[in-house]
Formats: sequence, C-alpha cells, structure tokens
Amino acid sequence: MTPHSTNRNQQPQTRSHDLAEAADAAVPESSRQAEPILIACPNCDILNNLSPQEHATLLCFRCGAVLHRDKPNSIERSLALTLTALILFVLSNSFPFLAMKSRGMVQETILLSGIRELWQAGLQGLALLVLLTCVLVPLAQMLGLLYILAPLYAGRPPARHAVRVFRLVREVAPWGMMEVFLIGILVALVKLSHSSTIIPGVSVFSFGVLIFAMAAAYSSLDPPLLWDRLDPRR
Amino acid sequence: MNAQPLTARRLGLVSCHGCRLLIDAQQARIRLRCPRCGARLHLRKPNSLSRTWALVMAALICIIPANFLPMMITISLGTKQSDTILSGVIYFMQTGSWGVATIIFIASIFIPFAKLLILIFLLLSVRFRSVWRPRDRTVLYRLTEFVGRWSMVDIYVITILVALVRLGAVAAIKAGPAAVYFAAVVVITMFAAESFDPRLIWDVVEEDA
Repeated sequence: MTPHSTNRNQQPQTRSHDLAEAADAAVPESSRQAEPILIACPNCDILNNLSPQEHATLLCFRCGAVLHRDKPNSIERSLALTLTALILFVLSNSFPFLAMKSRGMVQETILLSGIRELWQAGLQGLALLVLLTCVLVPLAQMLGLLYILAPLYAGRPPARHAVRVFRLVREVAPWGMMEVFLIGILVALVKLSHSSTIIPGVSVFSFGVLIFAMAAAYSSLDPPLLWDRLDPRR
Repeated sequence: MNAQPLTARRLGLVSCHGCRLLIDAQQARIRLRCPRCGARLHLRKPNSLSRTWALVMAALICIIPANFLPMMITISLGTKQSDTILSGVIYFMQTGSWGVATIIFIASIFIPFAKLLILIFLLLSVRFRSVWRPRDRTVLYRLTEFVGRWSMVDIYVITILVALVRLGAVAAIKAGPAAVYFAAVVVITMFAAESFDPRLIWDVVEEDA
C-alpha cells in the first residue's frame, strides 16, 4: 500500500498505515496508554508505530534514525554506572595525569591546574572552553542523573524539577567531551616523548575507565521510560 | 507515490523537541511549552535555515585564520618555532608517528572542512527544493552532528602542552592565535549542526511529491 514496505526493521503487524487509525491513536492523552505507541521521527517527522512487546531496536523506516532501544533495568544500571563515574571523576581530578621529567626537573599536571595555566597565559576563552567541556558539563550530567535516578530507584516520587534537570542533562550532552580529551592526552604524550621523559599518572587510567563508565551510564538511560515516570501530569 | 507519507505535521501534531511527546498543533499554539517536559514547542526548529547559514558563514570566516596563523609556538633553548595545523601534521609524519598524524589530520583538517561542506550542501539542497536521495542526506546530517566534537582534540593537545611544558627560557610551549579561531570553528559548527532541522529535507520532498 505504501512505498516504504521494503524495510527489514518494520514488523508487518505494526504497520497499520491507515490515516484514520493512526490519527485515532495519535490523540495525545490516549497515546500513553494505547497498545501501539506512535513516535514521530526527530529526523524526518514520519510517524512510526512502536508496540511495547517488541523487544528490539526500532529504526525509523523512512530515514533510519534510532527511535527506540530496549533497555532492561535501565534505572538500576544507569544509577550504578553514574555513581561509578562520579567516583572516577573525583579520582581523575585529584591526581596528576602527566608528569614530565626534563633536565632533572619534574613537572606534574592535574586537569584543573592545566586550565589555570591556560588562563594565566592569557587564553581565558580557551580555558573556559576546556573547563566547560571536560569538567563542568560532565559533572553537571552526573549530578543531574543522580538527582533524577536516586528517588526513582528508591521508589519515591520524582525529585522537584526533575523534568527540567533531565532536559538540561540531555541538552548539554554534546558538550561533554572527556573522551576527546583523553585522545588529546595521548597525542600530547606522543609529541613530548620525543624530547623528554613522560610519565603517565594515575589520572590517565582512571580517566580511561571514567569515559567508559560515563558512556555506559548514558547509553543505559531509557529516555521514554524516564519521561513517563517523571511526567508532572501523573 | 500513491499514498502521502504520514508525518506528524500532516496529522496536525507537534513532536516535542525535548521529550518527543506528540501534541495537538492547536493546543501547541496556546500552550507554547510541552506539558510533560516544559520545552518550547515548535513544529520545526525556529528559523533553521537562516540561523544555520549565519553560523556556517561565521565558521567559514574563522577557518581561514585557523589554518594560516600559527597554532602553537615552541620555544626551546632560545629558538622559536611556530606551527600551523598543517605543519603540525607534517611534523608528526616526519617523526614517524603516522597514527597521531592521521588522528590530527582527520580531526583538525578533514572533519571541519567536510562538516562545513556537508552543511552548505544540505542548506542548498533544501533551498533549491531537491528531492534527491532524502534518506542519504539525512544520514549525512546525522554524521555531521555526531562527528563534530572530535575536532576538539587539537585544542586539548595544546592545553596539555601549554600546561606541561613551562620550563622558562629552556623550553616552553605557547598557544598561537590560530587556537582561538580554531576553537571558534569547532564551537560554531556544532551550533550550526544543531540549528539545522533535517525534517526540512523531507518537507520539501513531500510538498513536491
């Protein structure tokens, strides 16, 4: 009936592309309880049917954007991983990540002191950019997730303004760049290793693990589930 | 195409940018904010094309000094050496660090230029109402959105080197003027990718179908 029927991700029984039926299911209030949930693709606006019993990844049948991923125990997992990340974050910021030995002098750098150097060298803009992308945004994300997830895990009602906090966590996500920073450390290591002795510090290793913990925490989040649980109208 | 594709817009629904709740367009006009997550409601990202054009232009201006001015100034035993992005890549190649040379080349030269070209291509394709391969163009968009952050590598390398190598007159590394322009390119193109609405690609295709 429609020209999109070639896609392999599309379950035949969920493809009720009848205008009247879809419009019926799309009434906002009923869409939360009704069996098939309608999702408008954020990339191409087409309406996709998502049935709750379908345990898989749903890609938009028209443009291929990821619309839904099944995430078991989402709240427990992301809470545990966020706590892990937070501990590693404290570690990473309290130990030097690189030490340089050159002509008898040893110079150690922790992340925050590096940013201070940059500030004192007259590059305030860059210092702020690094502070924001490697310290403040990741920290805000972790604390924000903790604030949202802890009450849900404990079975309490959502924290105050949890909806706003979650929206913020998602909006700042592209600006947390710790994994890019780790690559930066490695490149700097290679660059300096030609001229002097470089000793990677504890922080490099905790940073390396932190990045995985953070990525895992974020990808085990289930936004549709959280929006539903945090919904102030409930 | 016999059947018109069923988009949210066609059914008079607005999909919330924050939480994807579907809201009746009539209601959206009154409420302005999503009843569930509180985000501002828009059918499409506001002024998407002109915002993206402005940001792309700004990035195009900044990318010139970013590539021609020195990115890093190395002072070693009284001699001063300035490196641009490209000469930095060449330095790594000459010292045999091919892996690092590749990383820096891709992150600092290839990605920023590719990203700007793709955005310009997408903007023009919407402007001239192209119906050519909308799915592939959407994939291109997702690519620019995802890949932009990796351009920051060079900025971080400089941060670390400036902080680490400060032995006074013996050896010091300073950030050159290009660093600021380059950081601006990365930040501006990230905003540009964020302000482009890929649904415009499909709107044009549907209207002309």
